[in-house]
Amino acid sequence: MRLTGAQIVIESLIKEGVKTVFGYPGGAIMNVYDEIYKQDKFKHILAKHEQGAVHMADGYARATGKVGVAMVTSGPGLTNAITGIATAYTDSIPMVVISGQVPTTAIGTDAFQEVDAVGVTRPVTKHNFLVKNVEDLAYIIKEAFYLARSGRPGPVHIDIPKDVTIAKTKFEYPEKVDLITYKPTYKGNKRAIKRAVEAIKRAKKPVFYIGGGSVLSGAYKLIREIVEYTKIPSVETLMARGVLRFDSPYLYGMVGMHGSFAANMAMNDADLIISLGARFDDRVTGKIDEFAKNADIIHIDIDPSQIGKVVETKYPIVGDVKLVLEEMMPILFDGIDTDRFKEWRDVLDRYQELYPLKYANSDEVIKPQWVIEKTGELAPEDVVISTDVGQHQMWTAQFYPFTYPKQFLTSGGLGTMGFGFPAAIGAKEGKKDKVVINFTGDGSIMMNIQETLVGYKYNLPVINIILNNNYLGMVRQWQTMFYDDRLSETDLADVQPDFVKLAESMGAVGYRVSKKEEFIEVLQKAFISDKVVFIDVQIDRREDVLPMVPPNSPLKNMLIFKEEK
Amino acid sequence: MKRIISVIVENEHGVLARVVNMFAARGYNITSLTVAPVLNSEFSRMTIMSEGDPKIFEQIVKQLYKLIPVYKVIESDNFIQKEMAMVKFPLKEVKDNLADIDAIARCYNGKISNVNDKHIVVSVVDRPDRIDNFLKAMAIKYKNLEIVRSGVSVIER
Ligand SMILES: Cc1ncc(C[n+]2csc(CCOP(=O)(O)OP(=O)(O)O)c2C)c(N)n1
Ligand SMILES: [Mg+2]
Repeated sequence: MRLTGAQIVIESLIKEGVKTVFGYPGGAIMNVYDEIYKQDKFKHILAKHEQGAVHMADGYARATGKVGVAMVTSGPGLTNAITGIATAYTDSIPMVVISGQVPTTAIGTDAFQEVDAVGVTRPVTKHNFLVKNVEDLAYIIKEAFYLARSGRPGPVHIDIPKDVTIAKTKFEYPEKVDLITYKPTYKGNKRAIKRAVEAIKRAKKPVFYIGGGSVLSGAYKLIREIVEYTKIPSVETLMARGVLRFDSPYLYGMVGMHGSFAANMAMNDADLIISLGARFDDRVTGKIDEFAKNADIIHIDIDPSQIGKVVETKYPIVGDVKLVLEEMMPILFDGIDTDRFKEWRDVLDRYQELYPLKYANSDEVIKPQWVIEKTGELAPEDVVISTDVGQHQMWTAQFYPFTYPKQFLTSGGLGTMGFGFPAAIGAKEGKKDKVVINFTGDGSIMMNIQETLVGYKYNLPVINIILNNNYLGMVRQWQTMFYDDRLSETDLADVQPDFVKLAESMGAVGYRVSKKEEFIEVLQKAFISDKVVFIDVQIDRREDVLPMVPPNSPLKNMLIFKEEK
Repeated sequence: MKRIISVIVENEHGVLARVVNMFAARGYNITSLTVAPVLNSEFSRMTIMSEGDPKIFEQIVKQLYKLIPVYKVIESDNFIQKEMAMVKFPLKEVKDNLADIDAIARCYNGKISNVNDKHIVVSVVDRPDRIDNFLKAMAIKYKNLEIVRSGVSVIER
């Protein structure tokens, strides 16, 4: 069967089992869009901005575990997509982005809407392709999906010149790909695993340091089982929230800059840190010279380049967290003395008691932490939560009672304001039966609020809870703490939209609340709304995210909490 | 610290850019770079000489492995290193010393490769540090017009 390049794109996506493509058309990609028009095997969601489209594909991927697919045109279409691609890249999210390109004969001539697309995406993709012959197209698409989801996942970009979408060739979708230059290691080395297990059995103060790789590898059941059985204290990174249930007695909370005191002290005092797909990010380690000075490190990661990158690693294990733990479990359980860590847990429990996560609740003003806790109480347990970036993101990570992995969608690595809302829409598309809530800020929500129309048109009713402090709050907090409260360009009080009217103008529902009872009432309505909802919650403006490890300080030097006012 | 690695990569467009990007993105200079196809295969061999912080270099090597079209990164302190250099002299400067120049060039596996009515060209093949010495020696004795170095190629002993 001879097909055009455009038809091959469609047929290949169908073969890959793609159900939804998020995108935006334009000149160079028109032939593909013409084929999209003619088919009914998958749905296309037209975003309002390419960044939105890519975040939607990303949110879809994070919530479902499937490869997200986005499609854009050449030039500005592709450059608009970059922030979305980079966001997915830093969080290792499987995604395929297809862009149109000017015809091969025009490449390099500064043609209309030409940019060196593969040049631009190279540093923010796992891999990218410029398709020069239609004969290569099917194989490249197959390879792109394979690369996106295998090994350490990531976004893959395919740039297709317009003439390639017209040219015809015989279509045959390859059964499999075999790349001699790319062979991810899934199974851990047996000897290394054995040595690591011995180290755990010898340790007095071990801690499981659970990272995003645990979510990506689908290891959470195993991890829960191992933690329950061994009773080893555990901490989670921002990207790993939900791997353990929030109420697990062995979970001491989130580590890092805004982690809990007990979690950070667990890392600080440990004699053995067992990293499960985490990468010792600077937001986690604090000042690196003083990080975990007495601890040996077991580092399990599918990406060898992560091991030893930041900290010296005595027990490196390259492999998929799930497969490594499967191998580890029987030998670890064999003869481990689970009372052994009791004393260590008592120490951490004491830290937890002394300095729990807390905030000064109030009856006059709404505290953001209260909003999050309350939402956690009222929302169904399987709700999907996304965030934007700023204080509200950290409060959500701290206070939301997460119950399963892939529940919490947040831009951890890149910290992209504007991610939350489109990601929530993408997640809703993938998980229609679930309530999806985006906790956002008055700054962040304005970055992609145009996507409200997408929620309206495609009937994807997500709930936005704007924790409105009328500030670029996180920056304001740093200015207060480290710049003598000089609030340079962070006060938004005089440049706020009327979120209620804004919502209504785009087919959504808006509420503005400044009392606790109002919030509860409105949230109940939001759960059953068939429209996108915005709840503009006026919160205590000056609330800070605490505790906090000041930048470049050791973890133990946490600023705890302000004295009760 | 000077480091040399060989990178075996798949022959495809963009692969050189990917490899070089790893260095550029970290503000790391490449001192020399040679690339040529590997016989009867779909691979090319790149040899990269670079200088700088060993820790960063280690990261670069790991990141290179991660590039999809990279097949192998070869690091060794047991490389045989060879580089070629060509030096062009104005004939009128050196016409009375051709025997001397030829003799020195021979010490560096070289010879006078070309002579015309204006210039002579001497080429040598040797270890990069020996090439340095050769060029220094030549620079002291004779005024040259142009020097071209190939960059180092290596093979494991
Ligand atoms: C695209 C982008 N631009 C700038 C920043 C820097 N930044 C980080 S947090 C923040 C403030 C966010 O304000 P808001 O969304 O209102 O959240 P709040 O901190 O007030 O909860 C800014 C500007 C960023 N992370 N992303
Ligand atoms: Mg704000």
